[in-house]
Amino acid sequence: MSTTTTSQTMSISLRVNGEERTLPVEPRWSLADVLRRELGLTGTHIGCEQGVCGACTVLVDGTPQRSCLMFAVQAQGCELTTIEGVTPERGLSALQQAFSKEHALQCGFCTPAMVLTATALLAQNPHPSEAEVREALSGNICRCTGYQSIVEAVMSAAKEA
Amino acid sequence: MKPAAFAYRRATSVAEAVAWLGEDPDAKVIAGGQSLIPLMNFRLSRPDSLIDIMHIEGLTDVQVRGDKLHLGTLLRHEALSQHETVLRTCPVLAEAAGNVGHWAIRNRGTLGGSLAHADPASELPAACVALGATFHLASTQGTRHVAARDFYLGFLTTAMEPGELLVGVEVPLHSEVRYGFSEIARRPGDFALAGAFVELSSQQQGAVTWFGIGGGPERRPVVLTADRADRARVWREALQSVEMLDEDAYRIQAAMTVAERAYDQAVGRNC
Repeated sequence: MSTTTTSQTMSISLRVNGEERTLPVEPRWSLADVLRRELGLTGTHIGCEQGVCGACTVLVDGTPQRSCLMFAVQAQGCELTTIEGVTPERGLSALQQAFSKEHALQCGFCTPAMVLTATALLAQNPHPSEAEVREALSGNICRCTGYQSIVEAVMSAAKEA
Repeated sequence: MKPAAFAYRRATSVAEAVAWLGEDPDAKVIAGGQSLIPLMNFRLSRPDSLIDIMHIEGLTDVQVRGDKLHLGTLLRHEALSQHETVLRTCPVLAEAAGNVGHWAIRNRGTLGGSLAHADPASELPAACVALGATFHLASTQGTRHVAARDFYLGFLTTAMEPGELLVGVEVPLHSEVRYGFSEIARRPGDFALAGAFVELSSQQQGAVTWFGIGGGPERRPVVLTADRADRARVWREALQSVEMLDEDAYRIQAAMTVAERAYDQAVGRNC
């Protein structure tokens, strides 16, 4: 590269967990970094930064997407939901309670993205089969649990809904 | 890692995007970014400038006109895989789109992005080669049409010229041709170790298009019989003319297996 691009700053407006936010961002900042550093929403975890691990998954206009594979400037006008947005002010959501009850987490690094992906699945398909749950979660890697208890937590939350 | 700094512009029409591309042929186009952003995060790609085309309207249309299915290139994989018109007129394409990456990737990645990126393990370039699709490439010079079968030149390499933008895909709908699809990956959503589309234009005449085994989609016309052992010989012979990623016996076996499964599906399918 013969020239160095100087940093440009752009203003973006988006809704995050129901709240209108307008903030300046550099084009090269990932949405994941902006959520964590600029908006203080550290429940979004960054693992591989190449779209493989799924830890940074957030809901963009209601669908799970990788926030490490999206520049914050691309989120202009989008409706975002992070784990903070699905967690009640006190206590846990029914799905989060199911994760707790079924021991669906150990280190917890993958959990926010697992919960968000499962939230989107249950919104679209309230009574999924086990195969559908496994397919939906197949893009989220967990290195602790072996997945069995995560699948059971989602199935049990669906059953009790 | 974090990407190098770049300038960013958001196009709102095809005319604007191709004008910018014409001025700055080194600019990269970004749509869903599901292939480009990992490359940028690793700094394998360091574009000085990105042109975001996601805000261009009218490039997510799905229409049947005459005997052709017209697809906008900003269609997300998830939308393509579930679109009622695609499921009805070209189910093999919907099935292939549903096998692209994981759910989160399909929600963001686009048809045009996958076709232009030309990853040899990707489903949609091979689907377009098998289906005999035509790509519409816009530039400041106008729009030219290139057959998918002439578009893929090898590993991550296409016939797109600098300044061109992929804006449409036209898929001929042949009611007399039956298609089947199969792929093998380590996990659902992972890159294919081998995948195949099989077309049957009559009881015996057909073609197989493999992906994930060589530098790009590999289509070979074949003559098939109802005898399984005979078909195994046909697949093996066809594979001899493919420059394989490796000479791994496993990959050859996987390529034969997906061809056979795609054949079985094509035989049982009416369109």
